[in-house]
Amino acid sequence: MNTSVFRRALAFLRNTWRGLTSMRTALVLLFLLALAALPGALLPQWSLNRRNVETFYDNHPTWAKVLDSIGAFNVFSSVWFAAIYVLLFVSLIGCLVPRSAEYLRQLRARPVRTPRNLARMPHHAEGTVPLPADEMAAVARRRLRRWRVSENTEEDGTRTLSAERGYLREAGNLVFHFALVGLLITVGGDQLMRYEGQKIVKVGDEGFCNSGTFNYDSFDAGLTVDGTNLSPFCLRLNDFDVRYLHTGQPERFHADIEYQAGESLENDNWKSHDLRVNNPLRVAGDRVYLTGNGYTPVFTVTFPDGTQRTKRTQWQPVDTTTMLSQGATKFDRPGMSNEQRRHDNQLAITGLFAPTASLDGKVLSSRFPALNDPMVAVDVLKGKLGLAGGRGQSIFSVDQSLIDSGELNRVARENLAVGETIRLDDGTTVRFDGVERWANLQVSHNPFQRYVLVFAVAVVIGLGASLSIKRRRIWLRIRPSPEGPGDDAAETTSRDEGTAGASVEIGGLARTDQAGYGEEFTRLADELLASGAESSARGSSETNSLGRSS
Amino acid sequence: MVNQALSNLSDMAFATSVVVYIFAMLLYFAEFASGKATETAERGAAEPARATVGVGGVATQEPPARPTVGRLEPEPRKPWSERFGGMAVAVTVLGVLVHAFSLVTRGMAVGRVPWGNMYEFGSAICLVAVIAWLVVLYRQSRSIRKPTTAPKLRGLGGFVLLPATLLLFLSGTALYATASQLQPALRSYWIWIHVSAAIVSTGVLMFAGVASVLFLVRLRSENDPARPGGIGSRLPSSQVLDRFAYRATVLIMPVWTFAIIAGAMWAEAAWGRFWGWDPKETCSLIAWIVYAAYLHARATSGWRGTRAAWINILGLAVMIFNLFFINIVISGLHSYAGL
Ligand code: HEM
Repeated sequence: MNTSVFRRALAFLRNTWRGLTSMRTALVLLFLLALAALPGALLPQWSLNRRNVETFYDNHPTWAKVLDSIGAFNVFSSVWFAAIYVLLFVSLIGCLVPRSAEYLRQLRARPVRTPRNLARMPHHAEGTVPLPADEMAAVARRRLRRWRVSENTEEDGTRTLSAERGYLREAGNLVFHFALVGLLITVGGDQLMRYEGQKIVKVGDEGFCNSGTFNYDSFDAGLTVDGTNLSPFCLRLNDFDVRYLHTGQPERFHADIEYQAGESLENDNWKSHDLRVNNPLRVAGDRVYLTGNGYTPVFTVTFPDGTQRTKRTQWQPVDTTTMLSQGATKFDRPGMSNEQRRHDNQLAITGLFAPTASLDGKVLSSRFPALNDPMVAVDVLKGKLGLAGGRGQSIFSVDQSLIDSGELNRVARENLAVGETIRLDDGTTVRFDGVERWANLQVSHNPFQRYVLVFAVAVVIGLGASLSIKRRRIWLRIRPSPEGPGDDAAETTSRDEGTAGASVEIGGLARTDQAGYGEEFTRLADELLASGAESSARGSSETNSLGRSS
Repeated sequence: MVNQALSNLSDMAFATSVVVYIFAMLLYFAEFASGKATETAERGAAEPARATVGVGGVATQEPPARPTVGRLEPEPRKPWSERFGGMAVAVTVLGVLVHAFSLVTRGMAVGRVPWGNMYEFGSAICLVAVIAWLVVLYRQSRSIRKPTTAPKLRGLGGFVLLPATLLLFLSGTALYATASQLQPALRSYWIWIHVSAAIVSTGVLMFAGVASVLFLVRLRSENDPARPGGIGSRLPSSQVLDRFAYRATVLIMPVWTFAIIAGAMWAEAAWGRFWGWDPKETCSLIAWIVYAAYLHARATSGWRGTRAAWINILGLAVMIFNLFFINIVISGLHSYAGL
């Protein structure tokens, strides 16, 4: 009783496993995977483009909520997506292990015996040769040098050859599938150990070091990265140059950077690198990319007591084709000992910056992305910026709620060209000094990517072998014919000495999808018959030298 | 920077090639329409296929020709349909030359590879598809040399040129971009490797997709012999069409895989990561998975034939979707996007 329950459970497990590792299941899972990836291509994704997801939320609030709750904005880290590919790979491994074993067994096995009826084979040819069966068998064996051949002699003296070729096809197929598993594992490992930091650097700044996550504007890392073991290197931006075509299309971005790594960190040497799009800096196992750029308007504020403060805060491009930018440069009032009063007397310069100004009345826009005629349209705000409030705020804007609550008030609105100044009613002046450039650098660390590449190459090679090599068989049955060579051969051979000829029957079969074996088979069969005839023509003493005929 | 004269020349050649293709297409269709219906079973499954050669050749076995002795009859004039077919091929070759000229001059006008935007990309894909067609035709005629089969196949040219001309037309109108320099992101030797592999794969897969569509049409007429006539009855046998689709897909699948991997390597240099689920990357992977499913279906009993053909068509649909919808509507990082 108990054993039968146990057996039934076992049978159930076995059937499930068989079902899972069947081709049909693999097919269904492949479809599911394709289907599941589709929303990832069609819907905006949190990980790729937050702004687009937020827009989607604004436009379709209810839909967005439903979609978000099932992970449609996070497809590639969702549970269901993972479930499908894990199942697929379990199925794959379950399929690969027995197939590999089978393949090893086949490698040692002899080609299957020649079937009784070769005329039944998809490919078939026959003819007669003026050679004795044994010699013809020898000729055929030489011609089939690159095939795995096994020979037999039947009772009546009939010789048979079975030959098989293209074992590499299956090897390629196994390599391909194993490489897929390898690809999954290495990509997974990479996800755990990778990190990526974003940092805006300004021309002439002292630069930054990859020594801790706090140095970055934003940092994103795999689970095993705690930020204490980053690859040590430092870099700084010497110059940044963008050239535009007259259409406004950028022609090249070019960041002249210097870096230190390894030894040069100790002896304080700087090496230079020409950082461009498509030409990252590869240093200390990390890569540094140029991923963005923008302008930094420089403002100097002179307070009524005569103290001056100059600030360079990067502004953010809102339109990448004209580089119209937006931002907020924030000032603390110096010389105020009272913390409370200091925080209530902060100053912010917010608004728009245009590298090539175009004015429509007082409304500023930009005509061109290069620095031809820079101008800012600013609001000067005074009051409480809430910088000390503990709430993180964007460096590109001020906290709108403070304006709404009246804690932050606009005290001026003006358009300024370089060198122009606004005077506020308390005597403070704000001058627009000029413009500098910034570049966004991305530091990436993907310790596994070279292994990913190795497996990717294996995928291509395995697939190529698997799809281009045909596993095919050819069989010959050579019957000694008592009455001598037949008619066909008579035209080309001398019939001296009345040598006993043989009739040859050839059959062929491609073991896998047979598209395309016909051509090779026809040629091969013709050659086999012809070389039989030829070697006889040259006399049996010369047969040895004849392997192949044209 | 941009050589305007060359660019104009290229545009003219482009327009000319479209017209030439349309003309060739009409000729093909004329041949096809006047062709005779093929018997349902060209070759029984049991019959040994010893004459099967070439790219899925349909070889009918003829008795060996013996030289005639005595008064020789003048050769009969070729029927109209065959003459249309011969002309169609010649016109296609002309079209290919003009088309290639258009791409070359475009490249010369801007001093870079002639596939830097959607217009050029679409144009190059069509060129590949038409060349793939000519190659198949050439191999067929070379390996069989039997006049009975070549025209049969030749009549299908219209079905290759139809989608190609449509895509060309779209590229030349909706997607047209004036000749200009490349975005900095596209300035890399990878554009030679990745994009050309993508172009060749897309062109050949287009060809394979057409073969699968024709396969389904033909199969319907084979399964319904009560309804004579119609397009299906004039097509080559379903086996032949199926083999065309399969061989084209099998030939190009490693190239398409390579194109995706080369894309990942380029992305590693340009965007800072080798894979980031950019919509274009994702959609290419989906297409790849669908084609992998096609190959599996061919090895799964009950899925060969009709179902496999549908999967192949689905694959092509994803490719086209990737080309148009993803580029235009969902533009991700790919700088091709944007017109
Ligand atoms: C990760 C998912 C998989 C992918 C992307 C994939 C891809 C491929 C590709 C592209 C081929 C074509 C090569 C050829 O036809 O020789 C192939 C063949 C094959 N695959 Fe997979 N495969 C996957 C999973 C599986 C699984 C789970 C199984 C087992 C159930 C399997 C069994 C086979 C077999 C037997 C062939 C050879 C078919 C033939 O002889 O034509 N594959 N696979």
